[in-house]
Amino acid sequence: MAAIEYSTLVALVQDHPGVLTKAAMLFRRRGYNIASLNVGHSEVPGISRMTIVVEGRGPHIKQCEKQLYKLVEVVKVLDLTEEARVDKEVALIRVSAHSAERAEVVGIARAFDAEIVDVARDSLIVEITASPYTIDRFLEVAGDFGILELTRTGVVSMSRGGNGAK
Amino acid sequence: MSEPKQRTGGQILCDAMRTEGTGAIFGMPGGASLPFYDALYHYADLAHYSMRHEQGAGYAADGYARALNRVGICTATSGPGATNLVTSMASAMMDSVPVIFVTGQVATPFIGSDAFQETDITGVSIPVTKQNYLVKNVEELPQIVAEAFYLARSGRPGPVHIDVPKDVLTDTTDIPTPTDVKIHGYRPAGLGHKRMIQRAAEAINAAEKPVILAGHGIAISEAFDELKELVEKASIPVITTLHGVGNFPESHDLSFGMLGMHGMYYANIAVHECDLIIALGMRFDDRVTGRVKDFAPNANIVHIDIDPAEIEKVVPTAVPIVGDVKLTLGALNPQIESGDRAAWLSRLNSLKADHPSHAIRESEALLPQRVVRNIYEATKGEAKIIGDVGQNQMWAAQHFLYDKPLSFFSAGGLGGMGYSLPAAIGVQIAKPDDTVWSITGDGGLQINIQELAALAEYNLPVKIAVLNNGHLGMIRQWQNRFYEGRLKASVLQNPNFAAVAEAYGVRGISAGSNEDARKAIDEAMAHDGPVLIDFAVDPNEDVFPMVEPGASLAETVEV
Repeated sequence: MAAIEYSTLVALVQDHPGVLTKAAMLFRRRGYNIASLNVGHSEVPGISRMTIVVEGRGPHIKQCEKQLYKLVEVVKVLDLTEEARVDKEVALIRVSAHSAERAEVVGIARAFDAEIVDVARDSLIVEITASPYTIDRFLEVAGDFGILELTRTGVVSMSRGGNGAK
Repeated sequence: MSEPKQRTGGQILCDAMRTEGTGAIFGMPGGASLPFYDALYHYADLAHYSMRHEQGAGYAADGYARALNRVGICTATSGPGATNLVTSMASAMMDSVPVIFVTGQVATPFIGSDAFQETDITGVSIPVTKQNYLVKNVEELPQIVAEAFYLARSGRPGPVHIDVPKDVLTDTTDIPTPTDVKIHGYRPAGLGHKRMIQRAAEAINAAEKPVILAGHGIAISEAFDELKELVEKASIPVITTLHGVGNFPESHDLSFGMLGMHGMYYANIAVHECDLIIALGMRFDDRVTGRVKDFAPNANIVHIDIDPAEIEKVVPTAVPIVGDVKLTLGALNPQIESGDRAAWLSRLNSLKADHPSHAIRESEALLPQRVVRNIYEATKGEAKIIGDVGQNQMWAAQHFLYDKPLSFFSAGGLGGMGYSLPAAIGVQIAKPDDTVWSITGDGGLQINIQELAALAEYNLPVKIAVLNNGHLGMIRQWQNRFYEGRLKASVLQNPNFAAVAEAYGVRGISAGSNEDARKAIDEAMAHDGPVLIDFAVDPNEDVFPMVEPGASLAETVEV
């Protein structure tokens, strides 16, 4: 099975009510599948930054970028897919860990530069900030112990070098 | 500068409507919009036309906006008033018509409480408007109204919706309405890219078999003279889209009619055979292209459009130009070389002679096409024609010879039946001295027939031609053609439309023969007021030519 290809778009948007709804509706009605969507403040007051990871590559994504631009609140859209970039995501993972297994889970977490942020009798919460790929690998390994709960923020992306998205 | 003045939300709206100079408001009041109407009471120079359904108000504002290329205004109350507007919002969005939709909303403390006549109408209007606003306090309103009018008319025009809670309409502020609006990140295109224009000129000068596809953008930017200059200088045949009808005089030797699903045979074949398409302010709608993969297989495409998202949305483009078509043609034309393209034009003229799609056969029975042609002859072509949707719309586009721009309007994009009558009211108000004909069907008329009341109230001299074939004609045509004649729900039992019209106070005439039809049209033209003519046309007549669904333009059929 061919792996699904993804594109990473960054949209700088005016921080108005309803902007997230408008962007989300646009993706839905034009048939784009969102893998993750993250919104937060940017360096400019009043401008939020969305990182959108969407299924597909090529002209289909170019059209998506143009449609995003048509939203009046959208100030700028960057396609980082082909750019050298930093992709980071935070995951909180509750891993099943009885006392006998605890040290082993802690050891794996350390190997991934993850932190143990909560310890209970039968489980640990691991916080990992990494690329989605690294988080996936951690989940695969931690899966042997049993993953009781998982939450991921979705990716935030920034291109490497230069002066940013001015 | 005068002293800052305290104004209510309602006054801020009325002042903006006055400043924008549109002069006419189409609407229906309701509980939540009462304070707006109370403010409007004191603005004697703003004419308010009471429509009988909010959809009719939206379409009337649409017709008004198109006829003048100015912003139209429509108002409704919250809840049901607002939801009734949605179809006309969607239509204005699809057809790039600048209309400001103002809705009342329940007072801010009640928002989100499922209050009486509360609907999350800005939630509903997102995908059917260019921009929408829920005004949270009166201090925001001056900026919002200024932005709304600016957005509606600039760039690719479109509907803008402002939802104003009842308390915002009565609250006051001294904040003035800004006269200069800038929206961060919103930059409507102006003149296209210089290098691309040069490439377009090279492509046009090198083309042996070019065609121009002139779309709605020509009408919106009023680039009629620029188009004519390009066409005549380089002898390029002009084909229009449905919304481009009238962009170029149809009686001109270089006019080859409309293309598409019910376009002229020769127009469709010309597009199929051409080596260059110069697409001006159009968007390669599926009704235009037929089967996309076989669309104009030998042609490169030069595409000028103000909306970047339309470029390469449907077809690959050799020379993409994002720009205002009027400004861009102004820069392109001086780079165009004269030419006669005699061989190509001779090919198209012989196609036209062999396949005269515009011709109407002689018939004992009253043909709907003949009615349209009779109206053309009776008005000497000097009329605004507002089609509805379906067969009547296609016949109205095909069989009236449009020599003047901005003379044919229809809800081509959304295809909402019921458009013609209320839109004709808007057109007549915009153009009080023009002859306005609504050409509609017996199905479409019923959808907004209540607007006969508005027509009578304002005594507007709109003439309504009902091409009554007792069917949802286009549905019947498709059921006959593609569903082996299983006519389900497409046969209509109709009222006596002439009697209905009379009951509303509109002169009603019935006509069933060729002779009756001509007389009725003359009588209608002579009558100084609204007239409805119910034409009992041949119920089996279908629209041709036709590009069947899934077929290419090359496969246009004539019967």
